[in-house]
Amino acid sequence: MSLVVTLAARNLFQDRLRFSATLIGIVFSVVLVMVQLGLYFGFGRMVTTMIDHAPADLWIVSKDTKSFEDLSLLDTSLQNQVRSIDGVAEVIPVVIGFSDWRLPDGAMAPVFVVGSDIAAHGLAPWDLVQGSVQALTAPGAVAIDKSYFGRLGVTGIGSTAEIHGQKVTVAAVTQGIRSFTTTPYVFADLDHARAFIGLRPTKASHFMVRLKPGADAAKVAQTIQSRVSDVQAITPDQFRSRSRSFWLFGTGAGAALFGGALLGVIVGTVIVAQTLYSSTKDHLYEFATLRAIGCSQSYIFKVIISQALLNAVVGFTIAAVIGLLVVAFTASSALPIVITPLLGVGLFVLTAVMCVASAIVSIVRVIRTDPVMVLTR
Amino acid sequence: MTERIIEARHVTKFLGAGAAQVAALRDVDLSLDGGELTVLLGPSGSGKTTLLSILGCMLTPNQGTVQICGTATADASAEGLAAIRRRHIGFVFQSFHLFPTLTAAENVLLALDVRGERGEQTKTKAHAVLERVGLAHKRGAFPRELSGGEQQRVAIARAIVAEPSAILADEPTAALDTGNGQAIMSILARIAHERDRAVLVVTHDARLHKFADRIIHIEDGHLTREEVGGAKRQQLRSSA
Repeated sequence: MSLVVTLAARNLFQDRLRFSATLIGIVFSVVLVMVQLGLYFGFGRMVTTMIDHAPADLWIVSKDTKSFEDLSLLDTSLQNQVRSIDGVAEVIPVVIGFSDWRLPDGAMAPVFVVGSDIAAHGLAPWDLVQGSVQALTAPGAVAIDKSYFGRLGVTGIGSTAEIHGQKVTVAAVTQGIRSFTTTPYVFADLDHARAFIGLRPTKASHFMVRLKPGADAAKVAQTIQSRVSDVQAITPDQFRSRSRSFWLFGTGAGAALFGGALLGVIVGTVIVAQTLYSSTKDHLYEFATLRAIGCSQSYIFKVIISQALLNAVVGFTIAAVIGLLVVAFTASSALPIVITPLLGVGLFVLTAVMCVASAIVSIVRVIRTDPVMVLTR
Repeated sequence: MTERIIEARHVTKFLGAGAAQVAALRDVDLSLDGGELTVLLGPSGSGKTTLLSILGCMLTPNQGTVQICGTATADASAEGLAAIRRRHIGFVFQSFHLFPTLTAAENVLLALDVRGERGEQTKTKAHAVLERVGLAHKRGAFPRELSGGEQQRVAIARAIVAEPSAILADEPTAALDTGNGQAIMSILARIAHERDRAVLVVTHDARLHKFADRIIHIEDGHLTREEVGGAKRQQLRSSA
């Protein structure tokens, strides 16, 4: 093995204080970037959670709908119109809307009601820990997430409250269906949901379309568009992308998260560049000696870049452990940080690039070093 | 027949710029042959380190030519000069310039590593060279664990391990006591005589003449005179 790595490692570990400072800089930077991007991915996943769990081949939404949470309304008369299109098997309405949940003590809490035709296998709650989806067909039956028990003043199945002045009973409990807003989701059967949000029976927010086996989704979507005015027929992927785009970029949330990540990269690069430069300056006579004994520039670059990469590996390892702890800690929070394997790999590459970029200043300094200096001391 | 290793002709070097510019060397002619230890003797500021820098391809002259083993240095780039140093020249410095984080053996190995020589045989080579300078038992020691004399011997081992044609030593005994200084000069003389290397020792210490084959005096950037050194004289006496 070349002595390049040995020399780089020993130079690095020789000054432990400086090495610690470098690592703190890298860890701070990588954790910041990790959290920001983890929030981005977590948020991106949360805003599409309803679409992800809806058994639909196509969605029919109002013309300018930006996200699943868009409160535009469609007329149910189009249900029959769409059902008659070749290739369409089922058209299931979905209703959404805000309402008020009155706790047993009289206090009010806003909720976001999601309703669909349970019998037709519409958008139903998932990850149930108590009760069943079928139980939601009973009058006044609702499903809520366990994490909102305290907020909604319930203790589990059988707990009662009022929505929009109507008595409701908790018939199913989910775990992990958290809203990215502060408003809890309340699942109900279609007609009950309409009643909870004060919606007429002729109205729906979106329609889920299920296709017959072998039907071409793009072709059916095109036919729906041509036959029904003022609606859009889109695939789940298009709906996801639209929702993500609205919540992440339309609201500025994504830009803020990316801004934070960029700040992390800049801070990390500056800290690593400073400490690496300081280390290079301290070892300048050694680099000049290398040059004097005939070492090529590329050999010296390898030493400095190896130092940078060693910084990256050690720093990233520590940051990854912290990142995993943060992921575990936020897993059940309103906005969990999601770190996918791909994001992990990407962050390592980013760390390596950041550290190597930091080495440029040091490399420039060494290039300017005259080997004659070893004869003057 | 001895081989011409370094040849400098009409070398002039200016240092500084503008009004502060000085001629460090003026029209210097000097040749170094294999099998000879040459001592370049002169007071501080006489130009001896500048001449060593030019002969060692660390500086290029403003006028004149330098050839190392037949290769002219005139048009070489910084990388080209580094390549000439790598192939033909070994350096020994006054302050040793060992790498403090590397062991004695690793310091020696480094000279092979920068030449792209790696593997088990390089370790054998490094250990053999350390043995030649009497430091086989200290090969695992870091420079801070070695005396000044031992550090200089490691530096010599580093300079000769790749078997360069020329060894250029800049005040190699200046940081050492008399005993260690003499020991170092003995090693350098042995390298010149037994391995047919051209060894140039730059010094201001006239006591080192007995190790020299040639003594060249330099003053104010001029080579003022050349005399036969103690080693050569003894050799001549022995052969007579």
